Amino acid sequence: MASEEDVLRTEIRWSYVVAGATALILGAILFAGLARGINPPSNLERIDPKTLHLTGEFAEGNLGTRVAPNGDVTVRIVTTQFAFVPQCVVVPTGRRVTLRFASPDVIHGVLVAGTNVNTMVIPGYVAQVHSTFTKTGDLLTPCHEYCGLGHSQMWAVVRAVPPDRFAADAEGRANCDRL
Amino acid sequence: MIASRRLVLAHLWTAFIAFAAACVLGAWQMWVRSPLRPPLATPENYFLSVTAHGSAMAYVLTTFFIMGFGYYVAETALGRPLPRPRIAWAAFWIAMLGTLLALGTVLSGRATVLYTFYPPMTGSAVYYVGLVLVVVGSWVWVGLMVEAMRRWKKAEPGRPVPLAMFATVANAIMWAWTTVGVAAELLFQVIPAALGLVQSVDVGLSRTLFSWTLHAIVYFWLFPAYIAFYTMAPAAAGGRLYSDTMGRLTFVLFLLYSLPVGMHHLFMDPEHSTGFKFLQMVLTAFVAVPTLLTVFTITASMEIAGRLAGGRGLFGWIGALPWHRPMVLATGLSFVMLFFGGGGGLVNMAYGMNAMVHNTSWVTAHFHLIFGGTVVIMYFAIAYAIWPSLTGREAGSFTRQRLQLWLWFIGMMVTTLPWHWLGLLGQWRRVALFDYTNPTIAPWAPWVIVSFVGGLILLVSALLFVANLAGRHVPALRALPPRYAQSHHEASHVPTALNGFGFWNAAVAVLMLAAYGWPIAQFFVEPSPGAIVHRVDR
Ligand SMILES: [Cu+2]
Ligand SMILES: [Cu+2]
Repeated sequence: MASEEDVLRTEIRWSYVVAGATALILGAILFAGLARGINPPSNLERIDPKTLHLTGEFAEGNLGTRVAPNGDVTVRIVTTQFAFVPQCVVVPTGRRVTLRFASPDVIHGVLVAGTNVNTMVIPGYVAQVHSTFTKTGDLLTPCHEYCGLGHSQMWAVVRAVPPDRFAADAEGRANCDRL
Repeated sequence: MIASRRLVLAHLWTAFIAFAAACVLGAWQMWVRSPLRPPLATPENYFLSVTAHGSAMAYVLTTFFIMGFGYYVAETALGRPLPRPRIAWAAFWIAMLGTLLALGTVLSGRATVLYTFYPPMTGSAVYYVGLVLVVVGSWVWVGLMVEAMRRWKKAEPGRPVPLAMFATVANAIMWAWTTVGVAAELLFQVIPAALGLVQSVDVGLSRTLFSWTLHAIVYFWLFPAYIAFYTMAPAAAGGRLYSDTMGRLTFVLFLLYSLPVGMHHLFMDPEHSTGFKFLQMVLTAFVAVPTLLTVFTITASMEIAGRLAGGRGLFGWIGALPWHRPMVLATGLSFVMLFFGGGGGLVNMAYGMNAMVHNTSWVTAHFHLIFGGTVVIMYFAIAYAIWPSLTGREAGSFTRQRLQLWLWFIGMMVTTLPWHWLGLLGQWRRVALFDYTNPTIAPWAPWVIVSFVGGLILLVSALLFVANLAGRHVPALRALPPRYAQSHHEASHVPTALNGFGFWNAAVAVLMLAAYGWPIAQFFVEPSPGAIVHRVDR
């Protein structure tokens, strides 16, 4: 039978293993976060849910995909009970795209199946994520947070097209109808 | 038989009846999500059912079981009668009233907000008030646990508090801290909105307050399982606890590191900066420490038992363990589920990888495996172990008990392994009806059907469990409480810090201030535009 000192020695040895395992896990996460720039959406940008549809970037005319003169692609979507506005957005593959979401009513969430796009949409805040799409096609984009009885019917489509098929009009707009 | 058996039985029966009903709902929900579409499959019924399932499992099963088991441990581990039994009964009836109000409101369809509330969606105030009453009942329990320990220490100065009671009080104190977040959310934000006193809610704040509770509440549920690992399983296996000190350290670490980590549930939320998410992610990693210490200590304790029973060689002791005993079997199965569930949890906590799985079926799979699997299977084992000392009869034969445990384990694996896979494929949570004609969704169908079959196995197991408890035909050979495991080296003296909680309370306060001080203060320094209250009860 092991003596009290033996027990202590074994436990100390095991605690090295525990410390090593914890350090390894943290190290992997740190590496991914810092070296690869993987960070969750945390832009802390406030917006009034009561007025967001009236003026500014989330007014209806400004929604959807916009290409800025410098070439930056930004997608703006309003998530509302129980629809995405617009219901379809088009993005080019192989290029960094910024997606911005806001909610005028309750909490929603968005994920784009098969990509790293995933965020909560909290009324009172703008949710922003960046992604570079690699797959082409119509990507399923459901609301993933319970927002009421119509929640299951709330989904959109992100249409990812190769860069040569991606075209914006003179004002920088690109939408699904034009394809 | 023990003196407070009626009190304990009242709590356990409430817990298990709610549990069995919630299992029926759970199996039906899986049926709805599958392509097989059962009768009554409407979104109204589905989300009502999800709200009832979540509330019954997360608030009723757990709180009543933990209170009842706490009273049992206080009497049996300390070897003296429970202080103030009348107040304990009053607390039971308060919590019971709260349960009836909350579940009645859910079933009437006026609180379909899911058990995590989601303001600014707002149901009937009666639902939230009911839940507050459940918590109030549990606060009384916290006071009684602390008092029982204090009285014992006074009567036995200088002696170490028995490990089972030390852990129970650690859980009680942790629970007092845990409930502060959700109580503040309900009392200052949700209930005023439900009563029509305010028209808008700061959702960033309400989510932050709820996150305060959200991780630690799971450890509140987990504690009884760990108490069984440390104090019941080694004895049932015929061995000794490898180290009493390690047990105390584990429970203290749970108290410390369950609380300042809840923001890992908000990684994908826009109302917090990366800095605090990162800090709480690092603290979350430390929660792995007490779990890994436990895996070691319990495995070592089991090895002692296996070798005493004649097991030889590196692994021979495993086969020599008395697996026919339900407590030993449950511990083994629980560890297997902990292995899978813990692995999944590492993905959730990884800050970057979380984006891949957030709000997908992966998360549902994770917490069903950890809570429903690892933890609830130990609730079964505890109930089987203490039933003779509560009722004077066995809860069914060992064979029936083992069958029930195996069915639960198999059902949990068959349900949750496909969910993990579906989550990786992008299946999102909380959906009543999937459109299986969609080409992305169509390939999910077979896996959803497999997990529905798992749900049915779980339901059979749950009903068998209740039947075992209610069965009257097997008289117990023993009416004494099971003895708690002896330590390998008897703890004659333990450091004061590991015999009380004064120091640890101060440490929790410091950690919580560091982790949650600014994240909560920011909503007052720079208030966000409120979200308009959306009623679901009219
Ligand atoms: Cu939604
Ligand atoms: Cu958590």
